[in-house]
Amino acid sequence: MGHYVPHTEPELAEMLAFVGLSSLDELFDTIPEALRLAAGPRPRAGGAERHLDLADGLSEPDTRHELARLAGRNAACGPDLVCFAGGGAYDHEIPTAVTSVAFRSEYVTAYTPYQPEVAQGVLQALFEYQTMVSRITGLAVANASLYDGATACVEAANLVVAAKRRPTIWLSQGLNPRWRETMSTFAVGTGHELVTVDLVDGRTAWPDAAGSGEPAALFVAQPNYLGGLEDVAEARRVADAHGALLVVAFDPVAAGLLHTPGSLGADVVVGEGQPLGTPLSLGGPYLGLFATTLELVRRLPGRLVGETVDAEGTRAYVTTLRTREQDIRRERASSNVCTNQTLIAVVAALQMAWLGTTGLRELAVRCARATRHTRETILAIEGVEPLADVATLREFAVRLPVEPATVIDRMAEEGFLAGIALEEEYGERGLLVAATERRTRAEIDAYAAALEKVVR
Amino acid sequence: MTDVTTDSEVANGASGARGAKPGGRATSIPLMGHDEEPTIFELSSPGRRAWSFRTQDLPEWSAEELVPADQLAPAPVVLAEVSERDLVAHYTRLSHRQYAVDLGAYPLGSCTMKYNPKVCDEAASLPGLADVHPAAPAHLTQGWLELLVALGEGLCEVTGMHDITLQPPAGAAGELTGLLLMRAWHEAQGRQRTKVIIPDSAHGTNPASVTLGGYETVTVKSDERGCVSLAALQEVLDEDVAGIMLTNPNTLGLFEEEIAEIAAAVHEVGGLLYYDGANLNAILGVTRPGDMGFDIVHMNLHKTFAVPHGGGGPGAGPVAVSPRLAPYLPGPKPVRGADGVYGWAQPERSIGRVHGWHGNALALARAYAYLIANGGDGLRSIAEAAVLNANWIRHALRGSYDIPFDRPCMHECVVSATTLKKTKGVKALDVAKRLLEEGFHSPTVYFPLIVDEALMIEPTETESPQTVAALAEALVRIADGASPADAEAPRVNAVRRVDEARAARQLVPTFDARQEATPSPSPSPPSGAEQGAEELKAVGSI
Ligand SMILES: Cc1ncc(COP(=O)(O)O)c(C=O)c1O
Repeated sequence: MGHYVPHTEPELAEMLAFVGLSSLDELFDTIPEALRLAAGPRPRAGGAERHLDLADGLSEPDTRHELARLAGRNAACGPDLVCFAGGGAYDHEIPTAVTSVAFRSEYVTAYTPYQPEVAQGVLQALFEYQTMVSRITGLAVANASLYDGATACVEAANLVVAAKRRPTIWLSQGLNPRWRETMSTFAVGTGHELVTVDLVDGRTAWPDAAGSGEPAALFVAQPNYLGGLEDVAEARRVADAHGALLVVAFDPVAAGLLHTPGSLGADVVVGEGQPLGTPLSLGGPYLGLFATTLELVRRLPGRLVGETVDAEGTRAYVTTLRTREQDIRRERASSNVCTNQTLIAVVAALQMAWLGTTGLRELAVRCARATRHTRETILAIEGVEPLADVATLREFAVRLPVEPATVIDRMAEEGFLAGIALEEEYGERGLLVAATERRTRAEIDAYAAALEKVVR
Repeated sequence: MTDVTTDSEVANGASGARGAKPGGRATSIPLMGHDEEPTIFELSSPGRRAWSFRTQDLPEWSAEELVPADQLAPAPVVLAEVSERDLVAHYTRLSHRQYAVDLGAYPLGSCTMKYNPKVCDEAASLPGLADVHPAAPAHLTQGWLELLVALGEGLCEVTGMHDITLQPPAGAAGELTGLLLMRAWHEAQGRQRTKVIIPDSAHGTNPASVTLGGYETVTVKSDERGCVSLAALQEVLDEDVAGIMLTNPNTLGLFEEEIAEIAAAVHEVGGLLYYDGANLNAILGVTRPGDMGFDIVHMNLHKTFAVPHGGGGPGAGPVAVSPRLAPYLPGPKPVRGADGVYGWAQPERSIGRVHGWHGNALALARAYAYLIANGGDGLRSIAEAAVLNANWIRHALRGSYDIPFDRPCMHECVVSATTLKKTKGVKALDVAKRLLEEGFHSPTVYFPLIVDEALMIEPTETESPQTVAALAEALVRIADGASPADAEAPRVNAVRRVDEARAARQLVPTFDARQEATPSPSPSPPSGAEQGAEELKAVGSI
């Protein structure tokens, strides 16, 4: 038996006897012989019997050793590789208190709260999470999480098309290009028509008409992929002119300084919740933020926790408006989401509680300071030019005199993750640079000095 | 068997039926009875703080200097203001109101709530994995790429498939990815297909994914043995069928013995076979979906490969395919070059990405740790013990519950409270709530939909024979002592039975809504009687 199977040989024999069998193999008698793999150790030379072609199990120390070997082959962000990369994944502070409490066994090893009487811990943490997301987005309802920012956009597309019964959606080119690509992957199944609206001078230039019909919604990112601040109020006016909904992809850190999208008239707010306590993690697990208005709540994708009472009138929490969901409505469900990212939502709740009112503002201000200083110092380098002249918060784009991919490689040798090479759609030789509250003057100045050397 | 014990007896562990047993019997009873925990917002005291940031040594530009006036919010968003001590105490106390696998048995059928080895948690917290930026160039992430390629190869071997995408973040996302692969493949053959077949025992994500994949769901009835009826299938198979989605063993825990014939029939009309891997735990190292004839397979690594469920995610739902579908897989994909150097590659006719980056990578790292720790030999023993435990409990519950399909099952068994309901007025839901009082999590109830008063029990392989016996004893005791008073259960847990109907009727989705006591939103779709009925159904199922 493997390491994690507790049964002893005598226990196995006893249990087999109880169910009237004499060998473990007989447990699988309902599987046709022709489909069965052989039990026991793998034959040395290819015998007639088929076995899984996998090595035998490792001891725990050997497993740990192998994982450490693999981890050692990566360049992790830290003092030896100072992170100036963003693009939807940011190097923010993660306090010990958040990690140590959120990763308690009770949160980590529970299932979706189907039995609320023994799941009040997760349910209340989610209720608090929903409240916090509702506040930072400025909308009345937030769900209990989706997979990530990209899939939150996909769900938002499904919602607006169903609500408006129009298949066309206008996407700002300032929406993360990987999120747009994800949307177009899924649009093949749903038949949505996605129309990209270009950025002009770093901001979305909404047209009078595009695509084959009126849009169900406009999607705008705040800040946009190039780090620029968009005019959300203007997007609302354009949406109104077309009788369309407005979806804003909002950076939760921006909530520390900017108007909430809800206060500017957004109908749906989506976002990537990774900046709220989740490490870079090669891109996952992250957290899809999703909030909307009460009018649209019946179309909300995913789980929603609501407050209620128990049989004695004591306050209690439970997943609610369940009739939207796949297990009940099946092919007519508002979404197919079942397992989501609950644990990451709990982490985000703890992180937002750790930040509090003053911390969220402080975080955003410190990001903006680091970004401004980085921008000013590297724009002083000859040949480095701004890609657009717009206000930014935590990220900005520049045009380099040499290929960004080369710059990124050479900067890594200098101890910096220099940024992200921009897609061709944003013009040639673009580099996206982010600076969070973790970046100090010394790091930024050293970064600029290295960049100057590298682009020369 | 003892009668229902009093609250205080139970809370103090004083009942005669209690006491330490070898293998342990967990308790879901919180440290302190019924006291409410206030929300974090009620603990807030303006000006208190937990946050702390690096010293930046930068010019102290103000918010007004940093942000244009028309963009700057007049006042910051209000969040809770607490000290680190308040924060830790609050969320630790909440955790005491939460049952979890690490506390004890969690026999939630279809969910595979097995114990997740701690070494896998460690894998996910290694800085060399956790602190890697997803856009870092491949030469800086060779370890990650090697891990992903090795995991992909291992999963292909386990499922008997040819190639894989690790991007889908959960099972349902894997299903939709698989359906889009199906669509891309049919289109490349110049075929217009419109329908996907699923059995009536299927999980709700299957039909929901079918709709999002742009197909129409055709439901095929199970036969009296609980399996797909070949005859019924033949009736709905035609040139409009894109494929069929099956889980094998199915959601009754029964192996579809005619799978080879089913595969042949579907392939005969040019359809593809999709394998919902939710039940893969039952067949690890025993048989493989690829050998059964499946073309597309998703795995729920959060069920089978010990990624903890996290209270409802994150998971990981990789999708493996046969050779003919490989060119359509989402990209970029981790690959090993001829020179042994790893990189990212875009499959030739890729359907595009299905995730913002590379999937739930740290969950994949946990799964990899689990795969190599178990190895080929360990994987098979998982299936053996899982199937043995399920059959043992099926035998142990005979006479106490109805067993609609009482023949050898795989990793889970579905029993029913139909007779209990008729004779003693006790429903499956009441049995579930009684079990919470007994210190266990409940089985899945009211799923699959084709079994009346269903209780779907999946002990998993990591529960010892003693724990499985204790669970069976508790279920038998509940049946023996069943009375209408069971509608009162649970009585000893963090809260009594929760009013789910009220939560839906008077929606309070946030603390702020509580303050405003929001009236219910106007019931748009679904409406009226249908909604009421469905809201009731929502009490169970998964
Ligand atoms: C049979 C079956 N199919 C599909 C799913 C969906 O998987 P996930 O929750 O990972 O999206 C589940 C689990 O919930 C399941 O039990």
